[in-house]
Amino acid sequence: MNPTRKRRLWLVLAVVAAAALATTLIALALQRNVAYLYTPNEVLTGEAGANVTSGEARFRLGGMVAADSLKRTPGTLDARFEVDDGDARLPVVYTGILPDLFREKQAVVATGRMQGGVFVAEEVLAKHDEAYMPKEVADKMGMAHKKHDVPDAQAPASRP
Amino acid sequence: MGFLPELGQVALILALLAACMQALLPMLGAQRGVAALMAVGRPAAYLQLALVGLAFAILTHGFIAQDFSQRYVAENSNSLLPMIYRYTAVWGAHEGSLLLWALILALWTAAVARFSRALPMPVVARVLGVLGVVAVGFLAFLIFTSNPFERLLPAAAEGRDLNPLLQDPGMIIHPPMLYLGYVGFSVPFAFAIAALLEGRVDAQWLRWTRPWTNVAWAFLTVGIALGSWWAYYELGWGGWWFWDPVENASFMPWLAGTALLHSQAVTEKRGSFAGWTLLLAISAFSLSLLGTFLVRSGVLTSVHAFAADPSRGLFVLVFLGIVIGGSLVLYALRAPDNDANAKPFAAGSRETLLLLNNLLLTTACAMVLLGTLYPLLADALELGKISVGPPYFAMMFLLLMAPLVLLLPFGPLTRWQREDMAMPLRMLLPWAALALVLGVATFFLAPQGGWKTAAGIVGATWVAAGTLRFLWSRWTMPGARLTREMWGMTLAHLGIAVFLIGALLDDGLAQQREVAVKPGGSVTLGQHCFVLKGVQHLDGPNYSAERGTVEVLRHCSDPVATLHPEKRSYRGGQVMSEVALDRGFTRDLYVALGEPLGEGAWALRVHVKPFVRWIWAGALLMALGGLVTATDKRFRARWDDGKPQGVRA
Repeated sequence: MNPTRKRRLWLVLAVVAAAALATTLIALALQRNVAYLYTPNEVLTGEAGANVTSGEARFRLGGMVAADSLKRTPGTLDARFEVDDGDARLPVVYTGILPDLFREKQAVVATGRMQGGVFVAEEVLAKHDEAYMPKEVADKMGMAHKKHDVPDAQAPASRP
Repeated sequence: MGFLPELGQVALILALLAACMQALLPMLGAQRGVAALMAVGRPAAYLQLALVGLAFAILTHGFIAQDFSQRYVAENSNSLLPMIYRYTAVWGAHEGSLLLWALILALWTAAVARFSRALPMPVVARVLGVLGVVAVGFLAFLIFTSNPFERLLPAAAEGRDLNPLLQDPGMIIHPPMLYLGYVGFSVPFAFAIAALLEGRVDAQWLRWTRPWTNVAWAFLTVGIALGSWWAYYELGWGGWWFWDPVENASFMPWLAGTALLHSQAVTEKRGSFAGWTLLLAISAFSLSLLGTFLVRSGVLTSVHAFAADPSRGLFVLVFLGIVIGGSLVLYALRAPDNDANAKPFAAGSRETLLLLNNLLLTTACAMVLLGTLYPLLADALELGKISVGPPYFAMMFLLLMAPLVLLLPFGPLTRWQREDMAMPLRMLLPWAALALVLGVATFFLAPQGGWKTAAGIVGATWVAAGTLRFLWSRWTMPGARLTREMWGMTLAHLGIAVFLIGALLDDGLAQQREVAVKPGGSVTLGQHCFVLKGVQHLDGPNYSAERGTVEVLRHCSDPVATLHPEKRSYRGGQVMSEVALDRGFTRDLYVALGEPLGEGAWALRVHVKPFVRWIWAGALLMALGGLVTATDKRFRARWDDGKPQGVRA
């Protein structure tokens, strides 16, 4: 092998090694930081998997905030509400400021874990437009509703 | 004036026809060598600008005159909206922001037509033709799926409201800046395609496109910085970057554009990397289009995804496929496989360093792309609905950018072509030592900041000192002069140093608390006390608000500032927090008012954000660097077949 070829070979090997390292790191980082979205029904029926029910896995809970379910312990930041997907309800506890658009009968996505049958949220997101339901939540609820012949829960925004 | 919206519609259709002419005729002329056809390009570009400008003016007039018989106006403004936001409401939602996109594309196209007199006619014809194709896509998209002039019959008596999040000074200029950047990458893109069609890459063309890339990149930088600044004070979470899909959508073209800036410089000066530069030019603009698709199609769940309409998504997707697929096929067929002009370079040369710069930036871009599209991919493959958390992006980005920061000061100090690492090493060694000493000192002085704070100081000192070392060595070199290009590079690299201070010190040292407080009560955060004095009711032009009064005291004794965070309730029904800030050179005090909690208590979120302003200051320095570089004399060199001239020094 002449020196130029040899140098090129080393270069190619180095690039391949770097690419392999980068791919491995990216794959690992992705795997660790991915959070699945489940609806209350999927959690309660165990469809979401055992490590979700046991509280081992961190996941995102999506659905509507059930009517008249929001309760605050007066004078504190502790909030309790229920998330409803039309089939089942799951109680949620959260300590902190709820987002501006958080309201009952509106879509919500909360990130956290199960703890003794209650979803303990670390983060609660409500979307910016009041006529808007996160697409993934709408998809999931739509699927569940088709199964039960329920008319679509997302009322078309009546605009003036 | 009831016919205005229809006139706007006609203007758009005529603009589409002008764009079709601009796309077809000059291209045909260039292929066949017919001068008369090539000459159509310029007037068609001006005509298109005039027509899109007219449509835009009519839509703006609709907002000012409150014509609620236009659906778009009725949905995005109402009679209580303050005048300034009536102008900006034009791009407050999907249709209008697309019209803004088309207008900015027409502006860039007309600028190319105007400032390309020095270029040979076939080149100009092809470039304008490619820009015409892009314009056809966007105008057709507007007319067929997102018509802003659609009527609402009967007319509404009152409009809905502009999304309150957008009723903010930052939103006035964020979208235009961002789009100027996004769309500006269409110019290097059009040149790349023209070069591929022509079958040769000429250093002189590249010299001509470099300032355009720099200006577009500078605008994109400012646009992203404004978006981040807006998110910081408007969303009320105190963060400045969330790795949200839409932020990523604007960040990917930025990363590719940054790589492009550097690789263009190599190709222009040394002839190397010509194929790679073309590919990057195609990528940067393709990523801009992809960004538009991600934001506008609603396929991604994001804070920006206000509207979701599948037909729109499909249209952009097809358009995206044609533009990106077509360019890549053309690239595969015509890319210069062996650069005759390329000068060979050794392993320790500036070319190698710039190659590493490009590898790191494009890898970072690919990493962001993967993380952004992974949820879509998983959904399509029925692997479940997932989201990729910010820690993935943050960790990977840090890993990829650390070597870039490490190598940065070497770049300007290393020679082209020749193996010569001993000299820059000798020059930089003392500054590396200084950076490390300061880093260790920081680690012991501010242990609560952890390794990130120390790393911020090390990185910033290293980059700043290394860049200034370069400036010094040029300054003292006999006979050497500092070109605008060098000044621009220096400013941009110093911007990185400033940004590093802001980003890493804020990450390491920021403090935050969320508490329930009754009037008279206080929250302590570090050496600051935040005392809630009271909450009053207040009426604004189109909202009513609860306005808190929070006094901030240092060591709970010396008053520092009085802040008034608000909780606003807009007539449109939306509720929004208005953050109050005490801005400072070394720290921001940040207070957001939450909801009433009963028994007179209020939720309060307070932050102390050290050096947070440096983040945006750094970005502005980078943008300034891009603009200064664009004004370099060498780019004004006249076209002259063969040798560059113009700089007759």
